[in-house]
Amino acid sequence: MNILVCVKRVPDPAENEIEINSDGSDIEREDLVYSVNEWDNYAVEEAIQIREQHGGSVTVVSVGDEDSEEVLRREMAMGADQGILVSDDAFEGSDGRGIATILKAVVESGDYDLVLTGAQSDEGAAQIGGMLAAMLDQPYASLVNEIQVQGGTKLQVGREIEGGNQEVNEIELPCVLSIQSGINEPRYVGIRGIRKVSGVEIPEKEVSDLGLSEDQVGEKAARVKRVDYFHPEMGEGAEILEGSTEEVAEKLVELLKSKGGMK
Amino acid sequence: MEHVLIPPAQVSVLGIPGMVLALLITVAGIAAFGYIIARRLIPLAKGTSDPRFDRLPTRIKNVLLFWLAQYKQPRYALAGILHIVIFIGFIILAIRSTSLVIIGFSPDFVFPGLDGTAGTVYSVLKDYAATAVLIACVIAGLRRGFFKPDRYKVPARYGKEHTWEAIFVLGLIGGLMVFEGLFEATAVAAQAQQGAAAELIAPLSLAWFFSIILGQAPVAALQGLHTTAYFLHDAIFFFFLCYLPFGKHFHVITSIFNVIFSKLDRGRIKPVQWGVSDEELDNLEAFGVRYVEDFSWKHMLDFYTCVDCGRCSDNCPANAVGRPLSPRFISIKARDDMFDRFPVLGEVKPREPLMDRVLEQDAIWSCTTCGACEEECPVMNEYIDKMVDLRRAMVEEGQVPQSLQKALGALEKRGNPYGKMEKKRQEWTQSLPEEVEVRVAGSKDQPATLYFPDSATSYDESLQEIARSTATILHYCGEDYGILGKAERDSGHEVRRFGEEMLFQTLRDANTQAIEKSGAERVVTSDPHAYNALTKDYEGVPPAQHISQYILERIQSGTIKLKPLQEEASVVTYHDPCYMGRHNLLYDTPRKILDAIPGLTRVEMERSKDSSFCCGGGGLMLYYEPPEEEERMGQKRARMIGETGADLVVSCCPFCLTNLEDGIKTSGYEGKVRIMDLTELVARHLDWDAK
Repeated sequence: MNILVCVKRVPDPAENEIEINSDGSDIEREDLVYSVNEWDNYAVEEAIQIREQHGGSVTVVSVGDEDSEEVLRREMAMGADQGILVSDDAFEGSDGRGIATILKAVVESGDYDLVLTGAQSDEGAAQIGGMLAAMLDQPYASLVNEIQVQGGTKLQVGREIEGGNQEVNEIELPCVLSIQSGINEPRYVGIRGIRKVSGVEIPEKEVSDLGLSEDQVGEKAARVKRVDYFHPEMGEGAEILEGSTEEVAEKLVELLKSKGGMK
Repeated sequence: MEHVLIPPAQVSVLGIPGMVLALLITVAGIAAFGYIIARRLIPLAKGTSDPRFDRLPTRIKNVLLFWLAQYKQPRYALAGILHIVIFIGFIILAIRSTSLVIIGFSPDFVFPGLDGTAGTVYSVLKDYAATAVLIACVIAGLRRGFFKPDRYKVPARYGKEHTWEAIFVLGLIGGLMVFEGLFEATAVAAQAQQGAAAELIAPLSLAWFFSIILGQAPVAALQGLHTTAYFLHDAIFFFFLCYLPFGKHFHVITSIFNVIFSKLDRGRIKPVQWGVSDEELDNLEAFGVRYVEDFSWKHMLDFYTCVDCGRCSDNCPANAVGRPLSPRFISIKARDDMFDRFPVLGEVKPREPLMDRVLEQDAIWSCTTCGACEEECPVMNEYIDKMVDLRRAMVEEGQVPQSLQKALGALEKRGNPYGKMEKKRQEWTQSLPEEVEVRVAGSKDQPATLYFPDSATSYDESLQEIARSTATILHYCGEDYGILGKAERDSGHEVRRFGEEMLFQTLRDANTQAIEKSGAERVVTSDPHAYNALTKDYEGVPPAQHISQYILERIQSGTIKLKPLQEEASVVTYHDPCYMGRHNLLYDTPRKILDAIPGLTRVEMERSKDSSFCCGGGGLMLYYEPPEEEERMGQKRARMIGETGADLVVSCCPFCLTNLEDGIKTSGYEGKVRIMDLTELVARHLDWDAK
């Protein structure tokens, strides 16, 4: 099975202090460190596991600037067979639909049985997978936390449902799945692994290579525009539990039970 | 001396001349033994290189101390004494057994130097030695067979009981003693009956008892017994010799070599591969140990030498809290795999990975590298380097627990396991009083002394008091000092020990460069892990001291004057951090500092100094979530602290502070026992008026 996994380079909140910049248009980007979007990493691991069991290939693609090459290399060190970097100034300012348009072109320029995306990324819109599937006219399942290959034409996928319930679906190939975190335990990639793939060529594709025109992507094509970006003001309602460790723990358990967080 | 009984060489056994039979047994025995040893050496020859031929005087000293003098044995009193008796007995009886074998085909053989008085003295000595060995074997057999100390139990996950093996060998040794005694006693009894000059037999020895019992037996019976005893001794002797390499009694042969070639550098980690420089590492196909032959020859010799005594696991803190780690079974299972793959008879089998077959991943991650197992091992087996080599292979294969991956990722990106910003590394300085100025060393400001707090002390708010106390002490001493600030990276001490060598080297190189740029002439640190890294893992950095060494020097020179005990503490106990104590032998330094505070009463825990019990481990170990654990090491240690009756426990490691504080709170000692870092205690007792 030939699998394409879409990955994004993002600032990991565990390793950054995210602050809004002074004009309220974006986060403060200075002094940030970037990693591969966590959900995407699960998707790549899943793709590698499918390949290990059923054969085929795993390709990772990233839409971004030149720095995105580092996340592609990391995923290749993990075991992806090849990477594609899609980078062009014309992509600047694309909305979700724009990114999905670019990825659609990437999918069509290759021969893929399965496309995986992370369930969401740093911006939390969780829109790319669904849009991409629609544009490709392929079936789609979101928040997938289990994949079983059934012959060469179908998959059985598990989905996480509200309230901790689980749903299992059959889905026809080719299809698009958005992958939920926790579907597997992604393998570790060390510096040595990255160095080993440092010499592998990663093809870079521009608008023209993908048969796209500049008015399909970028700021001009965007139909969703960000108008404000801020941190909501802290509301009332913080409650500090007081007492000994045991008392505090007891109160906390009661609170969690009463709010439905514990059964 | 005239022989009343016919010597074995001249009798006929089942129609075969005794001399021929004895010669046959000897030749067959030696040939079989030689073949078995040659086969056992095959995997060692396939093992990776390991230079162990340097520093011969130290190695010889180790042999005298740990092998000949059995220095570690009495750490377990009864078992230790029994072993010493059997060991010394074996050494003494080696001459007797050899000459017994030889007289089978050369009846007049006498060991050079053992004719005349020396021979008589030796004869008495060996009679007592044989008696003592037999008694020791009986007691040891009873211990193993009836009393069954917990230490020898084999948990179901590791296989079946090994008791039969131990008792069988004790039986063989006992047999050797009995037949040696009978052989001598029959001759003496016959000679006494005939009024011939008899050999001197040591009173109250085994042979002496036999000679009295057999005193009136007919000469024909004595002759029969004499010959039978001889050949049984001969047969058991060679059977025993050839049986040794099939189990834990291989140590009888290998332990001397294991001690000669034992590791000499405490606290150091072996390189990825000996003889391969850091620059050449990229050329290596693979890191670490996947297959048994990826171990070095010495590490394989360790497996052969393991005595299955269980002292390592009995002292292992991970084992004590129910983590799936037993150092003993790492050795035994790896040894059994070597025996299986490289059999004495038959073909060498194809290699198979150790992990998930012979060893469990979680066992290998469970080790805190505290070194208690190595400290205890009577034959000087190593474990930490093996753990690191096994981890190196798991890291390369990506088999790293998720909780550790997060911390490793943060270390790669931010140089600390918390993923906090580099510029916040020096935030601890902000709440210091104005007069305690902490400079940031770099190319512009170059203080002579560099304080290296490392990540935990810098970032963890509950540990920053250690950094502030250290700064206060340095200020009190008038030290010209500074910190690296945001240029400091994690020392990487645990990164290396968790098998991520390349990340460790990245961190080490960044620190080395920053330290060099700071122009510092010396480094002090309040973290024993950083101290161990700076002194053992780093090269080309200025000499480093743990802050306790710095403090003690200045107490002794009179620079630091301490006030009488200010704390509401009646009794204080000291907890030895692993990387202060076992890995750096700094047992007394912190104790002397405590004793320099007037009015302080100090007590010891039962497990202290070289048998200290690890708090739970530092650095990355804080992020590891063991799948099986009955309680935390810190909780177990808290009870040991509580049992001393102390109301204050002092340590000098940030991780001990974290783990023990947690252990005290969660094991019912909150409010009864307090914990404090040594730096904080000293900082509170600095006598500013006496300056």
